[in-house]
Parts: sequence; structure tokens; C-alpha cells
Amino acid sequence: MKPAAFEYFAPRTVEQAVDLLAQHGDQAKVLAGGQSLVPLMNMRLARPAVIVDINRVDGLEYIVAAPAVLRIGALTRQRAAERSRLVAERCPLLRDALRLVGHVQIRNRGTVAGSIAHADPAAELTAVLTALDGEVVARGPGGTRVIAASDLFVTYLTTSLDPREIITEVRFPALPPGTGWSWMEIARRHGDFALAGVGVVLALGGGVITEARIALTGVGPTPVRATSAERLLTGRAPSEGLWADAAEAVRAAVDPDGDIHASAEYRRHVAGVLVQRALCEALTRVREAA
Amino acid sequence: MALHDVRLRINGTEYTGRVEARKTLADFIREDCGLTGTHLGCEHGVCGACTILMNGEAVRSCLLFAVQADGAELMTVEGLADGDRLHPIQQAYWEHHALQCGFCTPGFLMTSLVFLRDHPHPTEREIREGLAGNLCRCTGYQNIVAAVAAAAEALASGAHPDFFPAPARPTASVEQIEATEDAVPAAHGAPADMQGDGATGAKKAGRRGARGATTPRGTARRTRKPKG
Repeated sequence: MKPAAFEYFAPRTVEQAVDLLAQHGDQAKVLAGGQSLVPLMNMRLARPAVIVDINRVDGLEYIVAAPAVLRIGALTRQRAAERSRLVAERCPLLRDALRLVGHVQIRNRGTVAGSIAHADPAAELTAVLTALDGEVVARGPGGTRVIAASDLFVTYLTTSLDPREIITEVRFPALPPGTGWSWMEIARRHGDFALAGVGVVLALGGGVITEARIALTGVGPTPVRATSAERLLTGRAPSEGLWADAAEAVRAAVDPDGDIHASAEYRRHVAGVLVQRALCEALTRVREAA
Repeated sequence: MALHDVRLRINGTEYTGRVEARKTLADFIREDCGLTGTHLGCEHGVCGACTILMNGEAVRSCLLFAVQADGAELMTVEGLADGDRLHPIQQAYWEHHALQCGFCTPGFLMTSLVFLRDHPHPTEREIREGLAGNLCRCTGYQNIVAAVAAAAEALASGAHPDFFPAPARPTASVEQIEATEDAVPAAHGAPADMQGDGATGAKKAGRRGARGATTPRGTARRTRKPKG
């Protein structure tokens, strides 16, 4: 339960951090909030030779509300985003999901970007980014690039980031006024990883659904967009029957694993139930806003 | 492996030490500073026994390296009581039998402290959620919940404004609204005032800590901070 020895660097600028990563490649790990990495190191499931601690890098802790997008710096703590007025106003789906990320002690250190870079298959924030078609900004030796959520998550704990790159910013598109949203998850205890979770965004026009986005967590190696269910919903009038059809489409589309916490069959079932509940709640919010 | 200098303050007292980077903050507090009130249960961020305050917010000290806390202001369970006089939260735990073996209690107390600072009038549900990151294997939690509710009432009388550490800087200090998409904020969105972590908390903890000092047992060098 003590980490193996490692070489420690605490760069002051993103450039220094990127230089260190370029030098040490996949021998190095970036340390931000450390709430996923340090447990792995303490249990010696991870033994990085080099730690690049970015906590002393200036200028990475911010929440900026641009007209259509919320930009969150790589060192912004989950707790700061959870308490942020801007996040509540412009991206309430993110705020609602953040409240269920670990416990308050975890969120006081854990970062929004770090959770996304870690890419745990049961994490909330990866699914929120996926539901909103968000992006991350990554800096590496070759410069800066923007990676869409759909291109970021590869498999369990694996992203398309190069080991020499770091995420400097996460971008969550803001929800247009009148849009409904819902985050729903089932966990054994408050703060535990969800057995399954779902984020929904819903917009209506002229009595029919003009846009539906459904992203799930905990039901596969990466966050999953339920595109078949989204297509089924679009252009139809909302109803309990339609939600049930969407739930069936989701159950057909996901391929969860079973483990000691829940069987695959249970997770598949729960995913459908959560989609129904989330659509229902999102619709209520659309109507409240109208 | 290289050694790193660490200088930080715990309960108002300054400590310095030289550590391997892999030394957790919890081990530094216990072994180097001799403050063994902070307990280690799981050492991987699940049990909450090692919860302390860093710059006014509750953190798990097993998930931080000591070198990361260089320059930080910490508060541990030893900083709660004023000499022999228990903190109102400790008193409530005592009166409501909120502990049996006591191993988890330091973590619960520190979690309760910031929870009650941020939720002065909590519901039972809020208390349970607020304490969810701490595990207790003895009590079944009922008496802990009752103690926190009683402490909330005792503290809500307003008679004890000095019993809470100041929170970390407000979230608003990292927020910005951009006029247009293309405008890049100054210093990439980092306002100057976001650097001044918990200065108020430091002063308050200093006053309390100086009164309730414990016997030094560890290897870290300890310098008593002058009052005021």
C-alpha cells in the first residue's frame, strides 16, 4: 500500500510539462488531482518511473463561459466546477453528474480533465463529454490539437492521447435555452462508481423531439452514445411508450460486463430503466423552461 | 532517489522535512511530524480515515504526496480541541456515542468540520451524503449522524464563530465570462486573485493550533509559529 519509488518533477509551465513528457515518454505519468492515479500507485498496479505533477503550473485553473461553450482548464477541481454558477447555468448536465463523482474529499482534489484523461469505463464525466459532443485540447511536442469526445475514448482506461501529450482544457458545449437534460445513475452507495449511468439531452419543437442525445457509462469499455435510440426518438412526439421503445433500443445496443457488483444482464436492464427515467425528467425540464 | 524539501504548516505550527517523492502526506504527518491522530485505514482513498484539511478543504492525505503539500496550510484532528476543551463537534461525538473503537473518528471529525461549515442547517439526508466518504465498522453510523445533527444545532447558535476554518478561495475567483468566442482571457483565464490560498484560514488555524500543541515525536523540524 505504499507506492514504488519514482522521479518527481513539478513544472511551472505547460511547456516545461510537455518537455518532460517528451523526454520520458510512456515512462511518465501526469499527476493532476491524483484521485485515480495515486490509488493505483499505492496498490502498485501502476509503477510510473516519472511523475510530472502539473499542480504548480500556472493558468490552468479556470472556468470560462464563451457564448456556445464552457471551457474548463486542466487544473479546475471537480468541486469548483460543481459549485460554479457558470456551470449550473450553462451546463447543468455536468453539474448534476459532478455531484455523484466520488465523495467530497475526492472532488476537492480531483480535476474535471483528469477524470476524462483517466477514462474509467464507469466514470460520469466521460459520458457527459460524450453526450454533449465535447472536446479536449491537448498539448504535445507537435503543438496543440483538439480531440472530439468521439475520437478520444479507445477502451478501458485508454484514450487516443499520446503519452507525450497533456490535456490543457476540456470544452463542454453549452445547452441552448429550453433544452432539457438529465443525469441518472444507479450505485450501491452514494459516491461509489455507478453500476450504470446515463446522460440525456432533449430538445422539442412543434410538439416533436428535434434532438435527443443519450450517452451511457458503466455498460462497456468506453462511454457509449445510443445512436439507434436517438434516431428512434427524433421527429416523434414524446410519450411513455416512446421512452419504453428507446429503452429497448438501448438494451439492444449496449454490451456490459458482469463483475462482483452486478451481472451483465442486470446492468443491461438497469441501463434501459435509467434511460426511461432520464428521458422523463428531461422532458419535464423542457416543459418547465417553456 | 532524490530527496525533496517540504515546508508546511499543520495546526499553525511550521514543519520542515526532507522526503522521498513517494512518501504520502499521511505518512509525513504521522512519521515525520509525529502527529499520529491522523489514521490510515485502506491507503487507497476508500475509507476516509486519513481525511485532513488542506487549505481549508477536506482531502484524503493518503492520496497526496508530501512534496505536493509544500507550502500548504493543513489542519489535522489535533487542531480541533483547545487544550483539554473539546471542539463542539468532538463534544457531540462524545455525548452521542458516535465512536466505539475510534479508529475512523479523526477522519469523521475532519469531514464533519467542513461539512458543518458548508451546511450549517443540514437535513439527515445531507448529513449521510456528506459523511458517505468515511467508513465506520463499529457504530452502524446512526450515532455519528445523530452527533453531527447535534453539533449543527450547538454551532448554529452562533456562539462559536471561531470553530470553523476558512474555506479555500471561492469558485467565483476562477470563473470568467467571455464576450466573444475568439477573445482569449488574460493569462488564459487565470485571474490574479486566485493565487491567495486560504490566508484567512491560516491565521485562524494558527491561533487555535498554538494553544493546542502536542508533544513532538517525529523527525521533522518543528518551529512554533509566534501568536498573532
